[in-house]
Amino acid sequence: MKEISASTITEEIARMAIEAACDLPRDVEKIITEATEKETSEFGKYAMEKVCKNIKIAREDNVPMCQDTGMVIIFAELGQDVHITGGDFEDAINAGIAKGYIDGYLRKSTVIDPVLNRKNAGDNTPAIIYTKIVPGDTLTLTLMPKGAGSENMSQLKMLKPAQGLEGIKQFVIDAVVNAGGNPCPPTIVGVGIGGNADRAMQLSKQALRREAGAPNPNPEYAALERELLEEINKSGVGPQGFGGLTTALAVHIETYPTHIATMPVGVTLNCHAARHKHVVL
Amino acid sequence: MAEIKNITTPLTDEVINSLNCGDMINISGVIYTGRDAAHKIMTEKLDAGEPLPVDFTGQVIYYAGPTPAKPGRVIGSCGPTTSGRMDAYTPQMIEEAGLKGMVGKGPRSKEVVDAMVKNNVVYFASIGGAAAVIAASVQECEVVAYDDLGPEAVRRLVVKDYPCVVAIDSRGNNIYETGPAQFRVED
Repeated sequence: MKEISASTITEEIARMAIEAACDLPRDVEKIITEATEKETSEFGKYAMEKVCKNIKIAREDNVPMCQDTGMVIIFAELGQDVHITGGDFEDAINAGIAKGYIDGYLRKSTVIDPVLNRKNAGDNTPAIIYTKIVPGDTLTLTLMPKGAGSENMSQLKMLKPAQGLEGIKQFVIDAVVNAGGNPCPPTIVGVGIGGNADRAMQLSKQALRREAGAPNPNPEYAALERELLEEINKSGVGPQGFGGLTTALAVHIETYPTHIATMPVGVTLNCHAARHKHVVL
Repeated sequence: MAEIKNITTPLTDEVINSLNCGDMINISGVIYTGRDAAHKIMTEKLDAGEPLPVDFTGQVIYYAGPTPAKPGRVIGSCGPTTSGRMDAYTPQMIEEAGLKGMVGKGPRSKEVVDAMVKNNVVYFASIGGAAAVIAASVQECEVVAYDDLGPEAVRRLVVKDYPCVVAIDSRGNNIYETGPAQFRVED
């Protein structure tokens, strides 16, 4: 049995919240830079060059790359031989969010109630926490601040099995193209297929954790990812919706077994500021 | 790259008439931030016949909610938010409050474009996510209304060479239609 203190979790979450806002992962920066070099649209290239410059300034000055520092998603993989001491697990995470967002001068974007009381919570809590119990004695925490501009473009469709691969392709392409310039393209497209309605959406989020542009290990899904990316980029939506070659940077598909009667598909877009950090405790 | 046009606020009809979809612009002068919550309050005030906290006649509104300023800085990161969420309020802000320009990101509704054409209004797009770069163009920042809204408060910004593009001009020419059409590949 390994012990991890709640205060350690709080400190690590606070640190990662600030780092995620200011320091874009290098793999994401790499595919943005590559797309910028290939972009032929005058306005598209202008937008992408500003984005590249912005990534560097944010990292050097330790300031947020985007003012929307997001509502925070935490993926926790908790080893079954770990004992959390000195406080509640979720409270420790939320204390870390509050600390990071206040100490790091990050924007507080959560409201207390979605309808009846849209008053700013003031500390960007609560996070959306997904905990999975796994073998072992480590705790892995992944922090993903998700901006609402791209989140608002999320889509779910409960396809009939008869709609097959073609139905999936059409739905994903339409979801990205109809989002137009709203989600700050070029985006990384997370696609979740299978499970049930909520699992498909969750898979589409998990897909955004993958190294940017890395293929699905199944060669057939990897081929589908490439095909979808090519079709999406034929739309001409381009950077910021100004027109251009780069509407999406990558498509990541994750799957799960499903029921005989259904084929759920979830799509979550991540803006070019595809921020995430993770730590193993 | 096309030549960059320099303009100053407030906007006159003459300046607005000279702006064309796709023009690269540097804005200098005063602009006001306002987004979802502030728009809701302000249009309710217009409905009730009450005055707004700012006279928007000829002014430019910037759809933005900045991060808090670090010590020694004027403002935090402050890029544009998605303009479409303000579409429901915008025709009223144009027609009743006298708004002449908007800065944000992403396409606008037909109702907004119609109100823009009718009232000679321009919509600028800046680069979503380039918030640290954009912050460098802000010289002054002061909350002028609704401080309790936090990031959604109305702020008076003094900007110098704020970089943007004319996304929809006052004749309704629209980069979100013309731009992608040039790059669309039909199978």
